[in-house]
Amino acid sequence: MTCLFKKNQPDQTDFPKQESSYNLKKFLGHGVLHLIIILYLIYLIFPLIWMVSTSLKPTSEIYSGIPSLVPRHATLIHYFTVLTEERLLRTIANSLFVGVITAFAVVAITLPAAYALVRYKTKINNVVLGWILTSQIFPAILLIIPLYMILRPLNLVDSLGGLILVYVVWDIPFVLWMLQGYVKEIPLELEEAATIDGATRGQILYRIIFPLLLPAIGAATLFAFITAWNEFFFALVLMKTPDLMTLPVELARFTGIEGQARTGPLAAASFIATIPSIVFFMMIRKWFSSGALYGAVKG
Amino acid sequence: MNYNNGQQPITLNRNMQQLQLLLPILLPVLLISIIPLVRGIYIGFTNYELGASPTFTGLENYRIMLHDRFLWRSIGVGFIWTITVTVLQITLGMGLALLLNKNLVLTPLYSVLMLVPWAMPPIVRGLMWRQIYEPDTGALNLILSQLNVIEAPINWLTSFEFAIPAIIVAGVWGELPKAALFFLAGLKTIPEELYEAANLDGAGKVRVFTHITLPMLKPVIAAVVSLSFMWNFNAFGLVWVLTQGGPGGLTRLPMLAAYEEAFRYGYIGYAAAIGNVMVLIISVVLFFYLRVQLKERIS
Repeated sequence: MTCLFKKNQPDQTDFPKQESSYNLKKFLGHGVLHLIIILYLIYLIFPLIWMVSTSLKPTSEIYSGIPSLVPRHATLIHYFTVLTEERLLRTIANSLFVGVITAFAVVAITLPAAYALVRYKTKINNVVLGWILTSQIFPAILLIIPLYMILRPLNLVDSLGGLILVYVVWDIPFVLWMLQGYVKEIPLELEEAATIDGATRGQILYRIIFPLLLPAIGAATLFAFITAWNEFFFALVLMKTPDLMTLPVELARFTGIEGQARTGPLAAASFIATIPSIVFFMMIRKWFSSGALYGAVKG
Repeated sequence: MNYNNGQQPITLNRNMQQLQLLLPILLPVLLISIIPLVRGIYIGFTNYELGASPTFTGLENYRIMLHDRFLWRSIGVGFIWTITVTVLQITLGMGLALLLNKNLVLTPLYSVLMLVPWAMPPIVRGLMWRQIYEPDTGALNLILSQLNVIEAPINWLTSFEFAIPAIIVAGVWGELPKAALFFLAGLKTIPEELYEAANLDGAGKVRVFTHITLPMLKPVIAAVVSLSFMWNFNAFGLVWVLTQGGPGGLTRLPMLAAYEEAFRYGYIGYAAAIGNVMVLIISVVLFFYLRVQLKERIS
């Protein structure tokens, strides 16, 4: 192509050529990039694939000693075992119950607080923000010891109610942080206009602010649910009755007593435990790519 | 946004209004978080044991600690674990973020897959890696023996050589996406013009990275380093499921040590004292981080 114009425009001859070789280089470069990313991703998702694969293999194949990523005789038997075993079902139900109540309670009590932090700038703000930051540095062990002592005389140790109480408070810092970021985005003019129209503070909150915050409330509720659904340490310390255990503690027990024979059901139960989080992360993925997260880190 | 614009001079009233809205979180946080925390710190200065009433013993716990060789090893392993996981998490996370920030064809898919480890409940992460490290049926030994790298199966989690690297690999696996996400969010906020200008000046890729990307990401990097240090130093669930602190207490991270002292041996005062030392260590790290941050801001 370039030679056609050579006589008329000698200066530009090598320009397109350079571009095409650049494209080739770019393509090859991208090939290497893809390769690196794929290697990375194998490290990142191989364990999950192995777990799912194990959950689909019949027990004999798990112990066959020949590794295969794709089960040779795929079966749903382990899922069947898990979903018909009364104790395991019970712990799934417990985890769902604790997660749902925690999520709604956290968001309900944190929402007014998030609003107050953004709209009224007083000295209390510094105290609350200071507490949010310090709450991050304390290891759970320091909190759980006195909590155990407080909850025991109230009969809240080894009770789902006590666990919910602990989770609600444990979730508040991050949910507060998340929600106040969203409140900041709501223009003050909306509220001023409503005030001129004679709306009270309560009406503004319930008629204007909350509806605008609905997506944020959704994200915060899901976040609080997942945190409670995933939590292990407090549940390990506080829960003793097998029927009151949450799913993570039950899963951890799975490995101990019954040992290897339960590898298949364990893999199936592990995958079931992961499903809510995967759904949640897919739903809020957009939120991560926006600057919101950056703002949160920058503090 | 400036809400203190002189139109509402009565600050006391504003404080009260804000307090009303904050009340729903202040009460539970005070009762379930702040008071227990302060009490937890205090318990660290008593000889409290399960079933006995505590007496204030001042620095006695810390004197005992000086001669507790197992605890010293715990703190040592804690540092090895925290520093290795944090460094790998930051460098690999940065690499992954840089790769994903290039808009390749498959980038959306890659960034979804990248989230997978983070989306899993921490306990499931541990269980999954246990399945991989399992001596007879685990993927790692099966693959290595198929490739003729090893002759006899290695018991990764119970051998003195491999237990620490094994928990570190699993730990980095879970924490890496978190760092990558924060860096990715940070990369998105760097103005494109900076790179264009650098390209016009003919700066190479390395120079662009060290002179534009790194300095612009400095606040995010500092935040991720300090947050990761805190989270990794306080880690519990993953290692608990993988090794329960074994073999022979080799992987007993500080949180595991504190948990065992409190809930296995009943030395609650001593466990709280370990918690206090952990807070002290983290505070020192945070102190240096804040000093760097403040210096940056002044200059």
